[in-house]
Parts: sequence; C-alpha cells; structure tokens
Amino acid sequence: MDVRFTTAGDTAFNVEFGEGIDRPTNARVMALHARLKAAAPPGLVETVPTFRSLQVVYDPAATSRREVQAAVEAELAHAGDAPADGSLWRLPVCYDPEFGPDLAELSASLGLSADRLIDLHGSTEYFVYMLGFMPGFAYMGDLPGKLEKPRRSEPRVRVPAGSVATAGRLTTVYPWESPGGWHLIGRCPVPLYDGARPSPVLLSAGDRVRFEAVDRARFDALAAETAAGRFDADTLRAAP
Amino acid sequence: MSTPCLTVVRPGLFATIQDLGRFGHQELGMPVAGALDPIALRLANALVGNPAGTAGVEIALLGPALKVEADSVRVAVVGPMALSVEREGASPQPLEPHRSHTLTRGDVLKLGAVTGAAVAYLTVAGGFALEPFLGSLSTYVRAGIGPLGGKPLGDGTRLPLNRDTAPPGTDVELTEPPDYGGGPVRVVLGPQEDRFTAVAVETFLSATYRVGKDADRMGLRLEGPTLAHTGSADIPSDGLVTGSIQVPGNGQPILLLNDHQTAGGYAKIATVISADLPRVGRLSPGGALSFRAVTVEEAEAIRRRQEQTIAAWVRAIRPVRPAGGVDLEALYAENLVSGVVDIVNGNGDILNQEQMCGRAP
Repeated sequence: MDVRFTTAGDTAFNVEFGEGIDRPTNARVMALHARLKAAAPPGLVETVPTFRSLQVVYDPAATSRREVQAAVEAELAHAGDAPADGSLWRLPVCYDPEFGPDLAELSASLGLSADRLIDLHGSTEYFVYMLGFMPGFAYMGDLPGKLEKPRRSEPRVRVPAGSVATAGRLTTVYPWESPGGWHLIGRCPVPLYDGARPSPVLLSAGDRVRFEAVDRARFDALAAETAAGRFDADTLRAAP
Repeated sequence: MSTPCLTVVRPGLFATIQDLGRFGHQELGMPVAGALDPIALRLANALVGNPAGTAGVEIALLGPALKVEADSVRVAVVGPMALSVEREGASPQPLEPHRSHTLTRGDVLKLGAVTGAAVAYLTVAGGFALEPFLGSLSTYVRAGIGPLGGKPLGDGTRLPLNRDTAPPGTDVELTEPPDYGGGPVRVVLGPQEDRFTAVAVETFLSATYRVGKDADRMGLRLEGPTLAHTGSADIPSDGLVTGSIQVPGNGQPILLLNDHQTAGGYAKIATVISADLPRVGRLSPGGALSFRAVTVEEAEAIRRRQEQTIAAWVRAIRPVRPAGGVDLEALYAENLVSGVVDIVNGNGDILNQEQMCGRAP
C-alpha cells in the first residue's frame, strides 16, 4: 500500500495516504481513524483525521513509537477505504449582501451574476473533509469549479461568527468570530459550535452538508429561536 | 456556610486554570491547551498531595492576589516568582516558592512577578471545585472554552475549593527548584523536512533564534536566519502537536505551544521532543534558543530518564525546615519517636531517602 509514515516528534506521527485533497484519499484516512478508535491500542491518546493523513497521537511515557506504529500497521492491513456514512445536514444560509460582503466582488471576478453564484453554492452536496483551525471549523469540499478562487490576499482581522465563506475548492461556516481570509458570501443563523450542547461541535469529519437559502426574515426568526435556546439543531440532520 | 473558595482581590495580568490538557477532541478542532510547563504543575500538585494532573492556576507575568475564604487551605507555588501573605493586623510576610503553605481564613496570598520563566503555578490541596469541560479543566481563552467561562482570572473571581480545611500534616518543600537542563532544544526532524533545502535544515540546526515579541500560549515566533523551502511553503493542512515548528513563506519559524490550532497548512521542519516542551513553555520574548536533532528512539529514552528524575524529585519532598536550621517542634517530636536526632540535618530518615533516590541532577 502506498502509505507513508512521517514523524511529529515523540508524541505523534502521521499516516499519509496521498498528496491531494480528494474523496478516495480522505475515505482511507477516515477508515483508519474509525478502526483505531475502536481498537484503542494501549498508549494511544487520539487520532486526528485531516485531508490526506491521519495524525496518531500517543503518550511516550506509556508506550513507544514502535509499538503504536505496529498497532497502526495491523489495523491498516484490515482497514478498507469505505468508512461508515456520516450525517447529512441541511444548513440554512442567508445570502443577504450585508452578510456576504464579498459576494459582489467574488461573482464579478468569476464572471457570474451574484444569483448564479448563490445557485451554484446551494446546488452541491459538500463533504466535511476535516475540522481544524478553531473548534468546529469544518473544511468542506468540493466547491463547484466555477466558484474556485484563492483566499483573499488581505485576510480580515474579524470575520463574524456564522459567516459562510469559500476559498479554493472549499467552503465553510465560521463557528467563531475570528480572523479569516476566505470570501464571505452569507451567514448561517445556527451556531456550528454551542458549548451547551452535549456534543458542542455540530459537524464531524465525514459528514455531508447542503446549504439551503433562507431570506432575511427566516434568518432573523431562526437566529432569535437559537438565541432563546428554543431551536434544536438536530432537526437540521436529514435522514440518511 | 458559604462555599469555601479563594477570591481574587487583584487579578494580576494573565492567570488561567490549566491541567495537563484536553486530549481526545482534536478531531473536532478542539485545541489541547493545558499547562505550558507541565513539570512545574506536576510538582506543585505533589507538594499539596494531589494527583499529578489536578488543575492549578497558571500564572504569566504578574500573579493575582487571593483572599482565603475557607477555614484553612494548603497551597503550593512552583516557578520563579515572589509571593507574600498579608494577615489582618500584621505586616506582609514574604513566602518561599517550591513549598506548600497552610493559610487560614482572611489571609491574602499575593503572587508577584514571574521572572526568569514565562509561567509559574499555584495549586491547592484537593483541587478546585470546577466543572470539567470535555474531560478537562484547561482554559482556552481564544474561544472562551474551559472553567470560569474560559477566561483568565478577573477581579472578584471566586475559585471554589473542594476542601474547606487544609489536610492534616505539616508543610513540605522540594529539596531545590526543578532543574530543566540547558543546551540546545532537542527536536526530531519532520514531518516535512523534505520540503526544505539541505542548507535550510543545516541552518535551522546551527543558528541561534530569539523569541520575538509575538509570543503567547499559541506559539512563539522565532527570529533568526530565514529557512528556504524547496517549493511552496503550503501543504494540505495536516495535524499539529505542541512543539511543531512550522515555517510559513517568509522563512521565519513559529514554534507552536499548547493553544496551537489542531491542523495547519505550513510545512513543518521539526518537532520539539516531549521532554523539552517544559523548557520551551518557559521561554519569554527575547529568550534565545538553538536546536539539535535526535531520533525518535533517543527522544523516548530522554523522556524515560526525565520521568525518573521527576519521580525522584517527588520522592525527595520533605517537611519544611525552618530558616534557622533547627525546627524545635520537629526536634521534640523526633526525640519522642526515635530518641536520636541528627541536629545538623534535621531529620535522619529524610536524609536517607534523599541519598537513596539521588539528588536532583
């Protein structure tokens, strides 16, 4: 198997399945992640799936690289490339220009109307490749090729929480107010991170997401329900 | 009877609750956080009889002042800092770090400046009565995650205690402040050393770097010779660990500390070994460091030796000996028990224990 092990000191190593960001490579990452979670070899702290590699974190005071890698290789021999299906989420998004300050510039530079851009963004089922950057920040692919545009050359110092954004072939919803260099095209009224929920992060790697356009009135209503603690985010989970 | 607690009467500059980290949730993008100097936290816990991973207060720059609102409380401070206690009607009395102190209701513990390291730790016997979040009491300020709303201690913050009286027994001390060793910080090359030119790797391992002013719990920007990539500095984002040294396109390395994001898209030239993480966690802006490469097997052997050393420091913890050299109360107690006392060394049993375990290197 074309698997490469790279080293991150004496607490972690990476199992690399390829160089690119694509579904078959990521499926192998997720399959090994699931197997190691179930097998829980001694001294394994956790595994962290990313686009094309799985980071294996271990406790060097309790085990060694050699032992953990042997356990990983044993699981690799049996890990397929078809992890269990994740959830499908229908996330509301309001593409009001106030929420999408980059909508006009982005659509102009792509040679599209703003409406066409919104249609394309909403017409795709996205796949959550990985989480990172901030708790609950999901890297979702694959954005239609017509919407591909590199990150902004000048990142914003403050991107509001809930901002729906694109960069390259990826899209995301910012779970927190944070700095960010992605193109802001809308806003989601449902928090992607909520510390009061038993599992505070809404999306998991391996999940799928569809964006559903809502108007400003619906956005405001959903935001108010959420703020009052009356909105159950689980209702956004579609039947598989 | 109100909840026993320590109440912040002066917040200091940046004090947060930390344990040894929030592991197991990085797949959700949740940073590990935790103590920048886990050795100091472990020793501070040992001094008050707590399990090693009990949460304490990590103090950066200037510590808080805390009023005791419990019958009594045993606290310990490990790290290079000045501290004192104010009792009503008495003048402030300086206290030593690296030992425990038993305080009583109304005492105000004043923690001063941390000098010579980035952080110091305060622990309390029995720990704080705070609610863990995802299995940990570590604070991640950037996203407001952890106890006390994920915030540093503020004016009036109440730190609830699990015990309302100090445990029985006398105060204890480390035989000496922990020695973190010197020399170059040891690293294992990778995971992307092949993304750098041979000259860049050689430069990285021979140059002296200085910690820039952009230094916080997330990481240290290092200033020194530029490191050239063979191609682009960008990779498909992959996992980061505390100690990862990533190099963005400008060629200036960033050494990631405990609040690092879980994944990143810059190539990483090397990773600090776990045994040297407490050393880099103690670095402040202006501090100098250089790097030396070791193998994973060497790193593991170094870590095993370090664990033995820490265990020896813990075993060598002894009852506090008073400044004058002879503690008359202890002397009388000892006489009653054994009839023979080595006056110069205070307590013969403890001396033997030290000899057996070996002095701290």
